[in-house]
Amino acid sequence: MSGSPFLILSALLFTIGCVGVLTRRNAIVVFMCVELMLNASNLALVTFARVDGNLDGQVAAFFVMVVAAAEVVVGLAIIMTIFRTRRSASVDDASLLKY
Amino acid sequence: MVAFWILSPIMVIAALGILFSRKAVHAALLLAVVMICLALLYAVQDAPFLFVVQIIVYTGAILMLFLFVLMLVGVDASDSIVETIKGQRLMAIVGGVFLGLLLVLGVGQVSLGSVAGLRAANRGGNVEGLAQLLFSKYIFAFEATSALLITAAIGAMVLAHRERLTPKATQADRAVQRMREYAERGVHLGPLPSPGVYARHNAVDTPALLPDGSPAEISVSRVLTVRGTMRSTPTADVDVLTGEIGDGTSNLPITGSGPRGGIDGDPSGRTPHGEDRTARHAHEHGEEA
Repeated sequence: MSGSPFLILSALLFTIGCVGVLTRRNAIVVFMCVELMLNASNLALVTFARVDGNLDGQVAAFFVMVVAAAEVVVGLAIIMTIFRTRRSASVDDASLLKY
Repeated sequence: MVAFWILSPIMVIAALGILFSRKAVHAALLLAVVMICLALLYAVQDAPFLFVVQIIVYTGAILMLFLFVLMLVGVDASDSIVETIKGQRLMAIVGGVFLGLLLVLGVGQVSLGSVAGLRAANRGGNVEGLAQLLFSKYIFAFEATSALLITAAIGAMVLAHRERLTPKATQADRAVQRMREYAERGVHLGPLPSPGVYARHNAVDTPALLPDGSPAEISVSRVLTVRGTMRSTPTADVDVLTGEIGDGTSNLPITGSGPRGGIDGDPSGRTPHGEDRTARHAHEHGEEA
C-alpha cells in the first residue's frame, strides 16, 4: 500500500488538532490538541520511513515522543500552578503575566 | 491494509470528538482511542518498537498524567462560551478547513514513488536497527534528549513545589490549642464520642444516643453532616428493641428475620410478631409485678 492514505490521515488529524488549539478555551484540552498534532506528525514520519526504506524517520518519531513527554510534564505543571493561583484552567483568564 | 481503512475512520471520528466534547475527561478518553489506533498503525507500518513506545509512553504515561491533572483541576472545568477576540471561533474553523484542504490536496498530488519497505532495514531486527542509528548517527541528539528530560523533571518539581508559609503544627502545639479552647470556650478536652455503630445500625452515619435518648450530633463525622447524609435516629428506638429481644428479665426466645434473630431484623414494629410479643412481654411484666 502506498504512503499517500497515511499522509492524508496525518494531515486530517493535524488539522483537527490545529482547529482544537484555536477554538477550545480549556488549557488542558488545548494541550491534548497539541498532543494530537504531534501524533499526526509522528504518523507522517513513520510513513516516510517505510516509503524511503530506512529507519531515520522512526528515530525522528522517537525523538518527537521524548520531547512531547518532557513538554507535557512542564506544561501540566504550569497549568497546575496557574490553576492554583486563579482557580481556573481557562486560557482566556491567564491573559496577564502578573496579577 | 484492511487495518488502515478500519482504523482511520475511528481515528478521525475520535479526533472530532475531542474537538466537540463538552467535558475534558471525555476528550482525554477519546485521545486515548486515537493514540491506541495510531499505535496499531505503527505496527502495521513495520515499526514494532514505536508501537510499544506509543502504548507505554503516550497511552500509559502521558494520558494518565492528563487524567491526574484533570482530577486535581476538577472534572467540571468546562469551556467558557465568551469570546475574547470577536469572531475568533468562526475564523479558526474557516482557517482550519482551508489548512486541511491545502494539506490534503497538496499531499494527494505528491507522488511518493514506489514504496521501498522496511524489510531490508529491519533485517537485523527493528529495535537493533533503531539502536544502531541512535547510538551512532544521532548520538548528540540522544544526549541532548537526556539533558532535556532532566531539565523537564526538575522544572516540573520546581513548578509544583509550594512554599510553606506557616510553620507546621506539632502535636504539642495542638495540645496547647486544645487546652486554650477548653479554658476560653469550654470545649470538651477529650476525644469526640464515637458514632452509633453497633447500637442500632452498623454504620458511622448514625449518631450515638445520649443517656436521655436524644442523638449526639457531635458523634458523627463533620463531613457527613455537611453532605447531609447523617441518618436520623428513630424515636423510641431502644424501647422497641428491648421489647423485641427481651431486657434480660424475661426468657422469651429471640425470633426475628435476621440471621441472629431480632437483633438483625428491623425492630421498628415491622416484624410480624413484634406487636404481639411486645404485648405479651408487657403482660409478663405485669404478672411479675
